[in-house]
Amino acid sequence: MSSTELRRTALDALHRSLGATMTDFAGWDMPLRYGSERDEHNAVRTRAGLFDLSHMGEITVTGPQASRFLDHALVGNIGTVKTGRARYTMICGEDGGILDDLIVYRLDDTGAGSPRYLVVANASNAQVVLDALVERSAGFDAEVRDDRDAYALLAVQGPESSGILQSLTDADLEGLKYYAGQPGTVAGVPALIARTGYTGEDGFELFVKPEHAVELWQALTKAGEGAGLVPCGLSCRDTLRLEAGMPLYGNELSASLTPFDAGFGRVVKFEKEGDFVGRAALAEAAARAERTPPRTLVGLVAEGRRVPRAGYAVVAGGEVIGEVTSGAPSPTLGRPIAMAYVDGAYAVPGTAGVAVDIRGSHEPYEVVALPFYKRQK
Amino acid sequence: MSNPQQLRYSKEHEWLSAAEDGVSVIGITEHAANALGDVVFVQLPEAGDTVTAGETCGELESTKSVSDLYCPVTGEVTEVNEDVVSDPSLVNSAPFEGGWLFKVRVTDEPADLLSAAEYDAFIQG
Repeated sequence: MSSTELRRTALDALHRSLGATMTDFAGWDMPLRYGSERDEHNAVRTRAGLFDLSHMGEITVTGPQASRFLDHALVGNIGTVKTGRARYTMICGEDGGILDDLIVYRLDDTGAGSPRYLVVANASNAQVVLDALVERSAGFDAEVRDDRDAYALLAVQGPESSGILQSLTDADLEGLKYYAGQPGTVAGVPALIARTGYTGEDGFELFVKPEHAVELWQALTKAGEGAGLVPCGLSCRDTLRLEAGMPLYGNELSASLTPFDAGFGRVVKFEKEGDFVGRAALAEAAARAERTPPRTLVGLVAEGRRVPRAGYAVVAGGEVIGEVTSGAPSPTLGRPIAMAYVDGAYAVPGTAGVAVDIRGSHEPYEVVALPFYKRQK
Repeated sequence: MSNPQQLRYSKEHEWLSAAEDGVSVIGITEHAANALGDVVFVQLPEAGDTVTAGETCGELESTKSVSDLYCPVTGEVTEVNEDVVSDPSLVNSAPFEGGWLFKVRVTDEPADLLSAAEYDAFIQG
């Protein structure tokens, strides 16, 4: 097994010195876990965790027509995002299929009403998103720039994260709302400080130059020592987002589903100005979903201890009524959980008689509303 | 990590103790436990079951995956570790001790079981 072709982040040597188990994730050699993934998960829920997310795909969009261009290229109403704020959105194909889910940060105005946006794509889709944006920018006075190598991305997540970060920065974190981002300095390093994450906890994502990544990681580690911050790998990131009911592209989202089929129709903004890629197909998908409700994304909680995995059939009365998209043992609930698309008749929380076919054995599962976990604010 | 000298090993990463009164203890190695990550569920054969060398006899579930458990020898299961059934994390915390899985009255064993030194070389391969 050769790993020579995998891309390595600026923190690679540091991960190895910490004894991380590494994994191939979308062509990147990333930390899967440093020790026990359950301990890492619990640290984020109760204290704080530090993640290297440098595999995420950053794309910068600038120019006088940057807002109009993004309204055309994406399904959300990007023009209404205020400077310093972020928006969760999606990019779809002409057929309405989801190409990726994205976070778009409006960073600043570069003067004369010319804004600058940072589009953050999933590592596995970054090239697809980049290619689509470049193609869709034709005719707009806007520039699309591949900034994947311009940033390292570190995340500090968990209830202690704001205290830890505040000890390293003069930035007003109290004034920094969820889904907001502002430029600042952390531990002497210039950073885009964003209050975003994928864990269901309060937390921050720090976009910095790759050459500053090690210095920032070490400063955060030191600042977090007393608060119980631990390095965290992608394994616990997956169970954290699953408990928080957040979709993962490739599991809950795919090019064969429109946002309406996936239960995320709310991100499509038909009321925005101008045409956008996929509008006609999405309008049809919305009408179709209205007439014939598609399968619904629900939560499943195990009564037993066997763990459902993506692709397993959901069954009731001997019939297949859905499919698991993500499943894992939940450290917080102490039981296996899953997200699954199920037929509407079985989507109501508490529906009786639902089971998951776990390698031939029908294990009983309770249907619950998502998310499984919501933090106390 | 060190693989205990007195045990023998399979290429499927099970360990086997020297027989006492014809009964050997079986578990998975620390190397395997580390590769799996946190084990959350174990399904073991039952006492009285006949198990066959090289065939699956149970499952180990971790956060990310489910793996088949292979039996390194042929024989009859005499006892399963109920502690590890109720607390599967023992597989991670003490794979060669409290995390043992089951005991077998061995009737036959394959010729290719590895010594500790051979298993060390195999996993470093």
